[in-house]
Amino acid sequence: MMEWVKRVFGAQNSSSTAKERLRLVLMTDHLALAPEIIENMKRDLVDVISRYVEVDREKVEVNFEREDRALAMLANIPIVSVNRPSPPPAPPTKPPEIKDEPPAVAKAAEAPPVRRRRRRKPPGATPVATPPKPAAANP
Amino acid sequence: MHVLREDHDDRDESAAASAAPRKLGRAIVITSGKGGVGKTTTTANVGTALARRGARVALIDADVGLRNLDIVLGLESRVKYHVLDVLEEKATLDDALVTDKHSENLVLLAAAQSREKDEVDTEKMVALVRALQERFDYVLIDCPAGIELGFKNAVAGAQEAIVVCTPEVSSVRDVDRVVGLLGNAFKPQLIINRLRPQLVKKGKMLSVEDVNGILHLPLLGVIADEPEIIVTTNKGEPLALRTEGETAHAYHAIAARIAGDDVPAPTVEVKEESFFGKIGSIFGGRRA
Repeated sequence: MMEWVKRVFGAQNSSSTAKERLRLVLMTDHLALAPEIIENMKRDLVDVISRYVEVDREKVEVNFEREDRALAMLANIPIVSVNRPSPPPAPPTKPPEIKDEPPAVAKAAEAPPVRRRRRRKPPGATPVATPPKPAAANP
Repeated sequence: MHVLREDHDDRDESAAASAAPRKLGRAIVITSGKGGVGKTTTTANVGTALARRGARVALIDADVGLRNLDIVLGLESRVKYHVLDVLEEKATLDDALVTDKHSENLVLLAAAQSREKDEVDTEKMVALVRALQERFDYVLIDCPAGIELGFKNAVAGAQEAIVVCTPEVSSVRDVDRVVGLLGNAFKPQLIINRLRPQLVKKGKMLSVEDVNGILHLPLLGVIADEPEIIVTTNKGEPLALRTEGETAHAYHAIAARIAGDDVPAPTVEVKEESFFGKIGSIFGGRRA
């Protein structure tokens, strides 16, 4: 019925349909052309979630799907355990945490550089920013 | 565009004194990804329009195996040797270059017809383009469709790119891909080809703004889908030879922009249908 109404009143021009379809398909194309970016994003995503729950890195799946008017990222991240072995919140204690993971020994070997790189931004900013911060806090 | 303008100033001088040692000409590949969007017609017309301005222009048909630029230019009967003959040193460059019927300034190096694209040696192709750049102000390379070896060989010798896009989803997508492959080094500029202003007005065709809202490229020109282009191709006499007409002017404006002239932004006017035209379409509609 709506289709019929649209057709009769010309509510949507085919050129705007073309434009919309192109916008979406190019987004998907560009994502497909940047696998290393997707991989990095996937790793970062898993890193963040791993702070709170233990996940099965091997089985993580990240896909992009088109839904009507938008592109959706669908991540399937299997949770192995809801209880993290060590307290999660403090960022500096994290590198040892990874070592605590018994099943992820091999993964931990490849994970740390990534993790460090990721965290280096907040803590990397912290060591540099630490001296100025107290200095700024003191006065 | 600043770079283009500087080049243009040099060009004018060198065109005036063609015997003097010249700076290297500009090698521009004309590409699109998708086939059938008008690359060859565009190459022929832009080349003709540049030569009309007094620039010395060499056209290379890089579509090995599917030679067409010669027939579009009306030079098919004059071709004796082709690109591969030159690359394989079976003919000299001078033997193989065919001078245009209408302009001494325009030459064609035809594609091989009975050969394969993968027979082209990329390094030799680059050297050939370079040799032509030493003798001509512009070397336009008509690229084959696709993004495989033929594309790579055509692009290898060029420093700039013109991408031809029709206002269709498939063409826009392919141009996007090709531009991604080319990268910024080629400073790709856009020609929107076969635009039908009436359809755009009715919202049934992507507009110039729609297409370039997606591609974001410097717009070199817009060419309307005009029956005269088919007629001129039939005759082998590029439309850009004409001095009158909207589409001929559009090609001249493209040539001016390539040369670095400050030409007003390209547009295509919606022509009001004539009274008799309307009557005709009404009757046509009823009959159908």
